[in-house]
Amino acid sequence: MRGTTVMPGFTQPQTSAQTTRRGVRRTLSNALIVTRREVRDSFRDWRIMAPILLLTLVFPLLANAMTGLFISFFEANGAEPLLPALLPLLPMIVGFFPVSISLVIALETFVGEKERLSLEPLLATPLTNTELYLGKSFAAMLPPLLASYLGITIYVGGLVFGGTQWRPPITLVIQILLLTTVQALVMVTGSVVISSQTTSTRAANLLASFIIIPMSMLVIVESVIMIQPHLRYVLWILPVGLLVTVALFVRMGARIFNREELLGRSIDHLNLRWIGRTFADQFRGEAGARSLAQWYRTSVFPAVRSLGTPAAVTVLCAVAAFVGGWIAAGRWPLPLDQLETDNAQILENLRSWFELGRDNPGLIGAAVGQNLRVLAVATGLAIFSFGTLALILVSLPFAIAGFLFAQVFAAGLDPLPFIAAIVPHGLVEIPAIVLAGAAALRLGSIITRPPDGMTVGEAWLRALADTVKIGLAVVLPLILVAGMLEVTITPRIVEFALTP
Amino acid sequence: MIETHQLTKRFGSFLAVDSITLTVEPGTIFAILGPNGAGKTTTVRMLTSILEPTGGWARVAGFDVVRHPTEVRARVGVLTEQHGLYQRMKAIEYLDFFAQLYHLPEDQRRRRPYELMEHFGLGDALEKRLGEYSKGMQQKLALARALLHDPLVLLLDEPTSAMDPQSARLVREAILALQRAERTIAITTHNLTEAQMLADRIAVIRRGRIIAEGTFDSLARRFVGPPLMELRTANPLNGLATDLAGMVEVVDQGDCWLRFHTPNPAVDNPALLRRLMGLGVEVVTLSEVSRTLEDVYLQIVREDEGHDRDAGLHPAAD
Repeated sequence: MRGTTVMPGFTQPQTSAQTTRRGVRRTLSNALIVTRREVRDSFRDWRIMAPILLLTLVFPLLANAMTGLFISFFEANGAEPLLPALLPLLPMIVGFFPVSISLVIALETFVGEKERLSLEPLLATPLTNTELYLGKSFAAMLPPLLASYLGITIYVGGLVFGGTQWRPPITLVIQILLLTTVQALVMVTGSVVISSQTTSTRAANLLASFIIIPMSMLVIVESVIMIQPHLRYVLWILPVGLLVTVALFVRMGARIFNREELLGRSIDHLNLRWIGRTFADQFRGEAGARSLAQWYRTSVFPAVRSLGTPAAVTVLCAVAAFVGGWIAAGRWPLPLDQLETDNAQILENLRSWFELGRDNPGLIGAAVGQNLRVLAVATGLAIFSFGTLALILVSLPFAIAGFLFAQVFAAGLDPLPFIAAIVPHGLVEIPAIVLAGAAALRLGSIITRPPDGMTVGEAWLRALADTVKIGLAVVLPLILVAGMLEVTITPRIVEFALTP
Repeated sequence: MIETHQLTKRFGSFLAVDSITLTVEPGTIFAILGPNGAGKTTTVRMLTSILEPTGGWARVAGFDVVRHPTEVRARVGVLTEQHGLYQRMKAIEYLDFFAQLYHLPEDQRRRRPYELMEHFGLGDALEKRLGEYSKGMQQKLALARALLHDPLVLLLDEPTSAMDPQSARLVREAILALQRAERTIAITTHNLTEAQMLADRIAVIRRGRIIAEGTFDSLARRFVGPPLMELRTANPLNGLATDLAGMVEVVDQGDCWLRFHTPNPAVDNPALLRRLMGLGVEVVTLSEVSRTLEDVYLQIVREDEGHDRDAGLHPAAD
């Protein structure tokens, strides 16, 4: 019977071509089918088109008029030399406004479709997750980006061909276009991540402040850099940093932009009981430990073992920072060889400090407190930076150590006292720092790739429980021991090393 | 065809679909019934490779739903519960968009939407924006979308809900035409009359498990007993029921009628009629009391709830 006419017109299904492996061209072609539909839909929505048109056509003209006023003001007050610094400021603002709409479109395309329940028929087509992701991302990005380029062109055109006769350096134009494009990429890829966590555009718009506020701040920073021509080289570095963010967002988006996640999340309510239970389960361990020893055996040590890769990354970064500090020492040498302080004087100072510490247990508290503060800040920053800021903060002391050691060697000084000043407590403190850094890195980065079968929220919550657990059960005791060693033992060893 | 073996889906600790094993042959209409939240939609989503099973396997049109999701989706036509049409698009644009996604050849991409829309009586509404469509029109358009690529397998969720009787009949005829053309069709519905009318086989799902499966007749026999016959006579029976008790199981009676169960009407009824004629009873009618799928379904669900109670489970939160 297969092959008889079923409904009007058909005898055979026309789907065999889809069984072949899809190449890049096919992926893009399929993605563009989605993009075309979405873009056409956007162009039919006056709520999207009205602000785009206003920001593209009207705002550049207003900005032009404003620039004219500024120029007149500067010229009237004899500040013409400042004009080259001022003029590049506005093209970026002119470009940023339309691009910021990409965020709105992206949220509308992803969450709006979820909200209108039009996603499932699309998910039931042969489109792959990647094609859908790309198609929608292009659709969110293209109209605002084109509007942005057009706005910049109108504004710069007004200055070039108007009374100002401004000739912007080509590198500056490229920098502005590059930054605008990368900012659009950040906002769109970020909004995909936001979309996956919400089911309503209302909630998505609220969450979007996590993107729009940092981006606005970034534009202010870029503007500050732009008005200082000698710093404009930084504008080449910023897109690289933003592209790293894009890569992280894409990685995260690709992980969570799948059919399962898109259809699986149906409610946004805050379930404190579930949060508490999940955290407690992870903190206690699956086995439900009954004694401290059992807790260490069944929960703490497995959590520490699970930090293998983040710990390796942290160690690598620490080593890299040490080497970096060492190399930097060659460029910025300290005049250590001109110091008149001799070993006897250092020894005397150390003895005074040692005496001070012996009668002052608060010194241990200060050492411990300082270390804990740094690690807590690193963990906090990790949450907002996919773990990268924690790595930077944790690596910083190693960079300083590398810098100082290199200076000591370069000045021909005896390195033994310096080694003695670090090694005794460092033997305990460094593993604690590495562990804390690794836990923070995992906490920040786990949202980019939660384990299979786990939502982003659950994965993060479990990582947080692990971080707290490792912090209390391992890092804190190690830091306490390191603090005691630092105040009581290290000075004695340094004293020994300095004694002729 | 559709084959599943121990197909299971968990969402965290919640077991949405529990070890479903079934086979639906080409040319068969298979109805999946069950209370809200029973796992019907999750099952359909797994069969469309939208959700990944957490246990067991499923093959649709010869392809594994996990290993070959794209191939599966290319061969399945889905009518989802929520049609989710793009309100600002015209019908013709909408169908053309999906025709592109299914990679229909150019000539069919141009022809097929017109033919389907004509078939469902929407030929005049092709240029209308979907926001202007009535619920019934949207339903028909969604069905046209599901049929656009002439799929081997059709998964239809409430195919005639929101339709007027005339349109519903049109759609049922279309489904039967697809069945005659050897398509494999699975319908999930709460419309038990329609399911009884269309389905060759029926499965009832509750709490993610198939609690009953078979033809309507086999399910009716199993859950509401053998066929129930009704005998009507011209004169009062006057204790005749006692005489007949040895032949059939009399369940109810009045002055001029009685009802009885018979496991084998083809053998028992002629014998009964011979006996009555021998006794000089004037028979007006002997007919089967029609049993509806609703009776059968409710009995199936009741029995399963009873099992739950016996096992100390809470009633379903459907």
